[in-house]
Amino acid sequence: MNALVGHLATLLALLLAGVGAAAAFVGGRRGDARYITGAQRAGIAVFVLVALAFLIMERALITHDFSVSYVAQVGSRETPLFYTVISLWSALEGSILLWALVLSIYTALLVRWSRRRADPTGDAQLPYALGTLLCVNVFFLLLISWPANPFRLMSPVPADGPGPNALLQNSPFMGVHPPLLYTGYVGMSVPFALATGALLAGRLNPDWTKVIRRWTLVPWTFLSLGILAGAWWSYEVLGWGGYWAWDPVENASFMPWLTATAFLHSVMVQERRGMLKTWTITLIVATFLLTVLGTFLTRSGVLASVHAFTQSAIGPFFLTFLGLVLLGSLALLAWRSEALRSEGRFDAALSRETAFMLNNLLFAAFAFVVLLGTMFPLIAEAIRGVRVSVGGPYFSEMSVPIALLLIFLAGVGPALPWRKGSLELLRGKFRWPTMAALGTAVILAAAGVRAPLALLAFALAAFSFGLLAAEFIGPTRVRRRTTGEAGPLALWRVVAGNRRRYGGYIVHAGILVVAVGVTGSATFRREQEWNVGRGAAVQFGRYQIQFDSVWAVSESNRDGVIAATTVSAGGRLLTRLSPRLNYYPTSMEPIGTPAVRESLREDLYLVLLAYAADGSHATIKAIASPLVGWIWLGGGIVALGAVFSLWRGAAARQPRPAPVPGAGERPGAGRARAVTEARA
Amino acid sequence: MLLSGRRAGIALGGGIVALVFAYLVWGGIGNNLVYFLTPTELLAKGPAAYGASIRLGGIVQPGTVHWDADRHELRFRLADTNDHNVEVVSTGVPPEMFTEGIGAVVEGVWTPDGVFHCHNLMIKHSNEYRPPPPGAKPAEYYRQLFRKQLS
Repeated sequence: MNALVGHLATLLALLLAGVGAAAAFVGGRRGDARYITGAQRAGIAVFVLVALAFLIMERALITHDFSVSYVAQVGSRETPLFYTVISLWSALEGSILLWALVLSIYTALLVRWSRRRADPTGDAQLPYALGTLLCVNVFFLLLISWPANPFRLMSPVPADGPGPNALLQNSPFMGVHPPLLYTGYVGMSVPFALATGALLAGRLNPDWTKVIRRWTLVPWTFLSLGILAGAWWSYEVLGWGGYWAWDPVENASFMPWLTATAFLHSVMVQERRGMLKTWTITLIVATFLLTVLGTFLTRSGVLASVHAFTQSAIGPFFLTFLGLVLLGSLALLAWRSEALRSEGRFDAALSRETAFMLNNLLFAAFAFVVLLGTMFPLIAEAIRGVRVSVGGPYFSEMSVPIALLLIFLAGVGPALPWRKGSLELLRGKFRWPTMAALGTAVILAAAGVRAPLALLAFALAAFSFGLLAAEFIGPTRVRRRTTGEAGPLALWRVVAGNRRRYGGYIVHAGILVVAVGVTGSATFRREQEWNVGRGAAVQFGRYQIQFDSVWAVSESNRDGVIAATTVSAGGRLLTRLSPRLNYYPTSMEPIGTPAVRESLREDLYLVLLAYAADGSHATIKAIASPLVGWIWLGGGIVALGAVFSLWRGAAARQPRPAPVPGAGERPGAGRARAVTEARA
Repeated sequence: MLLSGRRAGIALGGGIVALVFAYLVWGGIGNNLVYFLTPTELLAKGPAAYGASIRLGGIVQPGTVHWDADRHELRFRLADTNDHNVEVVSTGVPPEMFTEGIGAVVEGVWTPDGVFHCHNLMIKHSNEYRPPPPGAKPAEYYRQLFRKQLS
């Protein structure tokens, strides 16, 4: 029953998405409101149907309905409820269902938003954008209707299933990381659809650019959080004490983040100066393509071997889709190149435009480096027939200089004025931050830090942080002087007066904090392992780790062996840590759960590697990671800044006056330029 | 339309930057490639493979495993189906599942003394999680061992 209804719901959603897309394009072309309204209703119906399919799958999982193929694949009567619920995204078919759900939510949100924009025929971009987004829906619904159908009927019905992937069951973080990541990843379809809509309609006015920017910032925030949540999961569960390994799966999530970040910057140049239009649109298309490529790489098995993907059911589908989007976008960009012609030009080498240009070149180079490193094994195997992998050092060697320059620009960019800056202005602005940078370097060097790259990174971070702080302090001072308000109030008024701008600066500060965390933990990590007798203690840096005992526990879905340790420093008890090894019925290997003492200064990370069967000895590995907590803290600051930047003031939220046909919402520049562009 | 001097300068500068970047990336990849080989392929390459980063996959040959607890050093021979084998030295405690006859992947370098110095020892397992073979109950063994402490 569940299988049948679920499958029917996805088929019907597929049909409606197809019909809706066609209606949207026809409606946009003819300017016919009836078609457009029909397409909008279809968009809402797709959301309702996919949500229904999703809920049916959850119900089938929770009630252990093993007649549904996906439940038979990942379900088990032994699995605790929480892990049963999140097991929906523990394998291929379910994760595509989650993908389709998130996509349909975005589609419904786009419909809701475009209905609020009063006249549906006023913006030809809107129906085209909705049509494009519905086409993306069609692709993913096609996947879950056919090659990755989670609702196949099992016959005979098994009595029980194996349960989800053991790694997934090992940490509640799997409940958070995939939905966050998908909300970011899938959300990049919306700016792609909006940009395609603009290209099809032949209009790319500043208003629309602003719209695309907001619809990018939302998934960007989720993608940032999703990537960090994945890093945290990797750190807390995998037991190697690291959080990032340049694994293809990680790279797949990182590449669209890089291009989306580049877009968020270049779009400001476009808004301000009418420049870099083609480049900006290219970035948005590239971001979407990279999300599809990433899904293809991680879901088709192509990484195991070039020749494996044709055996997977969805590989050829993804490759076809990727090719269609790529060719279609290129053709569209070429067709509309007139509308994308630059209106301004660079006035001076020392200006904010130049900083944005550099920033974009660096992000593009970064994305290229990661893309090449990820794809190289495939290329080498396809062309030369050798099996190779690109080692982690390649990524580190290439990304460190790029990252250092980006840290520098994170402060310098905001400090530079538009159009033309002067050296005198910069000299004044750079004075204190330069001192902060030198001071940081000297203090750290005096404290015994000898790694030159780390010193450089910390100094640059201090420099940029100083420049950012000045952007807050300067205007606050002026305001205090002119209004006589108290410091905190003046600061708040300044910051709240331009949320978008200051939100961006808070994001920059958060990225700097992340950079400090990455530098510290990558450079100063120490590790050591011992075979310790019960009751004995080992010295690890300033820590004294005593191995107290080892015992076994039995839980409904797993068994575990736990080692108890007491950690002290300088004779003072710090904490008790209990790393464990878990034995799942689905996994021949034990899966560890490290125990971590977290602090902003340094994490102490203990892993149980092995133990004597009589409990007399245990092999324990200790890892000290300085500043690793700054990464998670910085992630929080980034999210805060992004939300602040998106949060509109009361004035902006008031309903806009209904637009008079032919006139712009803002009289003058915006719409007039759009019209000339459309005619060009 | 002829390029103005300014535009030509930008194009030239951009071209140089792109070339330098391409050179760096190409070199960076070339220096960091890790080759996937079997013992047979490694032995066939001979001295040409000395010093290169290699990921060697095979079976831990029964009867060759030697663990030196004092030096934390593990020695064994990694073999493939053609009965070619390579001596491997690894430092540190092997993974919990390490045992004779199991499939393993070792990452490291092969030196002229014929020994493969491994810095990363992995037990070969597929990404897909398969249930253990019938009758195998990995957890049962440990539960029995610790019954005294549990009671």
